[in-house]
Amino acid sequence: MNDITHRPKKLKIATTSLAGCFGCHMSFLDIDERILPLLDLIEFDRSPITDIKHCGPCDIGLIEGGICNAENVHVLREFRRNCKILISIGACAVTGGLPAQRNHLDLGSCLTEVYLTEPGLAHGHIPNDPELPLPLDKVHPLHEVVKIDYFIPGCPPSGDAIWKFLTDLIAGKTPELGHGLIKYD
Amino acid sequence: MSDNAGSNTAHLETILGCHDHDPGKLLQILREIQEQYGHISPDAITRIASQLAIPRARAESVASFYSFLHIKPDGAYRVLFSDNITDRMLGSEELMRRMCQQLWVEPGKVSEDGLVSINTTSCTGMCDQGPAMLVNGRAITRLTHQRVQEIGHLIRNRTPLADWPADFFRVDDNIRRKGLLLDNKLAPGDALRAALTLGAANIVEAIKASGLRGRGGAGFPTGLKWEACRNAAGITKHVVCNADEGEPGTFKDRVLLTSYADLVFEGMTLAALAVGAQQGYLYLRGEYRYLLEPLQAILQRRRDKNLLGEKILGQPEFDFDIAIHLGAGAYICGEESALIESLEGKRGVPRNRPPFPVTHGYMQQPTALDNVETFCQAALAIQMGAEKYKAIGTTKSTGSKLISVSGDCPRPGIYEYPFGVSVRDVLQDCGAANTRAVQISGPSGICIAEGEFGRKLGFEDLPTAGAFMVFDDSRDMFEVARNFVHFFAHESCGFCTPCRVGTSMLKQTMDKIAAGHGTSHDLNEVENLDRVLQTSSHCGLGRTACNPVLHTLKHFRPAYENRLKSLDFEPAFDLDGALARARQMTGRDDTGAHLNTEET
Repeated sequence: MNDITHRPKKLKIATTSLAGCFGCHMSFLDIDERILPLLDLIEFDRSPITDIKHCGPCDIGLIEGGICNAENVHVLREFRRNCKILISIGACAVTGGLPAQRNHLDLGSCLTEVYLTEPGLAHGHIPNDPELPLPLDKVHPLHEVVKIDYFIPGCPPSGDAIWKFLTDLIAGKTPELGHGLIKYD
Repeated sequence: MSDNAGSNTAHLETILGCHDHDPGKLLQILREIQEQYGHISPDAITRIASQLAIPRARAESVASFYSFLHIKPDGAYRVLFSDNITDRMLGSEELMRRMCQQLWVEPGKVSEDGLVSINTTSCTGMCDQGPAMLVNGRAITRLTHQRVQEIGHLIRNRTPLADWPADFFRVDDNIRRKGLLLDNKLAPGDALRAALTLGAANIVEAIKASGLRGRGGAGFPTGLKWEACRNAAGITKHVVCNADEGEPGTFKDRVLLTSYADLVFEGMTLAALAVGAQQGYLYLRGEYRYLLEPLQAILQRRRDKNLLGEKILGQPEFDFDIAIHLGAGAYICGEESALIESLEGKRGVPRNRPPFPVTHGYMQQPTALDNVETFCQAALAIQMGAEKYKAIGTTKSTGSKLISVSGDCPRPGIYEYPFGVSVRDVLQDCGAANTRAVQISGPSGICIAEGEFGRKLGFEDLPTAGAFMVFDDSRDMFEVARNFVHFFAHESCGFCTPCRVGTSMLKQTMDKIAAGHGTSHDLNEVENLDRVLQTSSHCGLGRTACNPVLHTLKHFRPAYENRLKSLDFEPAFDLDGALARARQMTGRDDTGAHLNTEET
């Protein structure tokens, strides 16, 4: 039997930062004491807040940062496989942002410049340990690699914007960032 | 063409002098400098700006807006292959590949010796005698492998264009069916005399009564437009003829200006009488540059016959003359307010409307701006009388319409029909067989499939500016739509973000599907993009840019679906390939140095 009354079920949320600066996560924490009532509604899965290393099935995934290397691709795919709703948060996730400034340079000459030409690294070589993820030739926004359901722009989006977006989603409303929550300068 | 491009001060001074150092003539000045020197150097831009007393940025912004103006040196011979879908269907891509091989040049680049550059350009209006190209602005039609090879030799031998075989430049009218316009027996001045007998005020009434509607596609009642212009405040008024025939697949205005130019000018002159204008302009698209001298000769002949100039046909208060303004390769200038901006020597960016040109047009003064064919039809309507004219066509679409037929049919060319003719009748007349689809009124128009061929051309059903491109069952309608989407992305003027970014996103999505990376998610995205473009674009270009995709999706969805990967989402690029450079730099080839593309 379907019950028409809205019975809040605790939603599972996972978060991560890829080619980002954790600024969006810091902004998330700017919701301050509202994190306590939020915890009545949600439960964190994989996130820097829980230090869980891999995410299980989740309702919502929040990802800041773009895709700059192979590991980013693996993490992003893990999120896409597990999250019903995947959200791209912040300028880097939405557009590639600051890391994408390297896109007009050849990756080879970047690596040469940093590890071989630059003084200070005597007999340096380009790191080739299999432990290290290989960089992609270009930095991509998330939606060029997997399907993304929602986008929260901003560098970073404010705590209030993130709060409004999440509470809308949790309440089953199409999220809307009204006046003052998106800034264009 | 000289090497010290643009530095010849004397020449520059002559060109500026010819245009009275008028900043409003900036585009014409830039065009002439381009013709003289092959490109517009930074030095020339600086001089022009200082001589015209305008900011340098304005001069450069205009020089960089138009496709046919170059601010960097280009080849001494600039070859542009017309890239309409009809040219492609006639094999233009292969011809271009061969020519690039023959002349050792990459598409879009200048050869090492500076001799030649080869690239594509939007439809040049020669669809009935394609594939076509422009060499240094001159149209060459009916390209074959042999002809392209000969052109290659002529270029390699640096033969001046003037010494090339005249047959290369032959442009045929290909009139296949005549009606009241193409069969008219009017002598120059006939319609004008009829108009003078009526009197200025009655011309507007007669045009209103004739039911004449604009032939550029939108179908606005011409009489209402002229009335508004006549009643608009102000003494100085203008008549402008829109001959910027840029809609791919349309070439009827070219034929009218080649063989019926007197009737066009006659229509413009009686419009001037009706609205009280003193000056007229013909905005001729750059692709039809070769028509400039013949048209100027006709204008002179009309002046000699007192059909233009002062006191026309002896009327004391009737002074009117026509000047020709050349465009420089910008589809957007077919939009009336962008055309006026261009006419004023600016970038062709559409204005906010209202106010409309009838009150705030050229130089912010009242302007009656109509299509080439509209002026012809107006002259005919005045000559034959409103009642007789109204009897032709249908109730809401009176008179006749010129249809430019091209594509898969044995008899492409110009067909004139009374409005109300069915698509099937046109297909039959042009001999088309096994027709899969017809694109009516160009990429921004409507794509219709079999089952709908009973529909009628006219404002009640299928409004059209005249393009009629036929595709038979050998054609891939996805590639047709992709060609049109590329066209819009190239021709977006860049002024408003929804259109500038949206048309490019649409192009990327179509290319992604073409490359075999598409998913059903991408088809949904096209529909989302369409909503954004339709609701927020500044002008009609953005609002119609999704049409080719939406219409072909409706009729030919399997052509898209066949190309999709059956996944929810796929990147447009090869992820493993994106690691290749890093693998090369680090010498790694372990499993961690690869990305499996199957995983989602």
